[in-house]
Amino acid sequence: MKRFAPLIAILLLLPAGGMTNPVSDTHAEIAVMDFDALDQHWLTRNDDKVYVVNFWATWCAPCVKELPAFEQLQAKYADRGVKVLLVSLDFPGHLESRLKPFLQQMNIQSEVVLLDDPDANRWIPLVDESWQGAIPATVVYTKDYRAFHQREFTFEQLEAVIKPLL
Amino acid sequence: MKKIFFILSLVFVTSGIAAQGYGIGDVATDFRLLNVDGSYVSMSDYTDAKGIVVIFSCNHCPFVVATEDRMIDLHNKYAPKGFPIIAINPNDTIAEPRDSFTKMIERANEKNFPFAYVIDADQSIYPQYGATHTPHVYLLEKVGNQFIVAYIGAIDNNHRDASAVTETYLANAIDALLAGERPDPAVTRAIGCTIKVRN
Repeated sequence: MKRFAPLIAILLLLPAGGMTNPVSDTHAEIAVMDFDALDQHWLTRNDDKVYVVNFWATWCAPCVKELPAFEQLQAKYADRGVKVLLVSLDFPGHLESRLKPFLQQMNIQSEVVLLDDPDANRWIPLVDESWQGAIPATVVYTKDYRAFHQREFTFEQLEAVIKPLL
Repeated sequence: MKKIFFILSLVFVTSGIAAQGYGIGDVATDFRLLNVDGSYVSMSDYTDAKGIVVIFSCNHCPFVVATEDRMIDLHNKYAPKGFPIIAINPNDTIAEPRDSFTKMIERANEKNFPFAYVIDADQSIYPQYGATHTPHVYLLEKVGNQFIVAYIGAIDNNHRDASAVTETYLANAIDALLAGERPDPAVTRAIGCTIKVRN
């Protein structure tokens, strides 16, 4: 329970308008977390799923370009145990003004969290030692496999990465 | 056939090295790149410098925009001490029109950049350094006529909020060189925008 406390606190802090948005909005609430929470909740799961964790931002053109590939992957493989998580590196001040409208406009269905942890020098090598910090970047892992990709993906390329893991 | 294979493997090995870029202690290549004032700039032009702060930078990246004022302050503080900044835009201007040379001139004028802001027009310099994103800092120490890599990475530990910075990595690294010491840490990391190439 304790580990979800920050999440609940964030949900409670969300403006009421966001909670009662009449539009069927998948992203009315977006979890905002620091790297330790992201690591604990999303980068170290130990179940039977294949996790595809993509680091991106609305201002990152190549990231935006490859989002449909991740959406397609989630849509096609969710029932076969693939879970796509989109980790936004947008500035937290842009959560309401840019990130949420963007997700709605693009009709993004994958789960999105906002990583609010400015001390990137600490956590970038924890994601992967080879990562210099350029986005997009993607971690694909299962309970006994882990790979880091600093590159852009097409749907076919993503499919080729996850298929052997299914 | 054997010969072709040999040449191919040479190509792969060479490109592999280029992709890795510089580490601490490596000799950094000089360049001759067009500056926003219309002149060509080389590191060797800075005859009195003790080193050069090369920052791969651009116009459009929000992480760059958030640190431009800090770059100006760093140049104003450290250029007189022998460490001027040279900002290099490594992006392909077709792939990212907001980083065109004209827009670079506009941005340099808007912000009144006190440092050179040059364009790596044929994208031949950034791969040699191994820059992957903007902003990406290479602090070079001048030893004889060579520029030796002394520090690589971030300007500080909070890209988006200068007032929340607790570690001024680049300033500390320059201070270390001025004191005759080695920067520690010598390598840091920061999130940034990928360097744009044409598809």
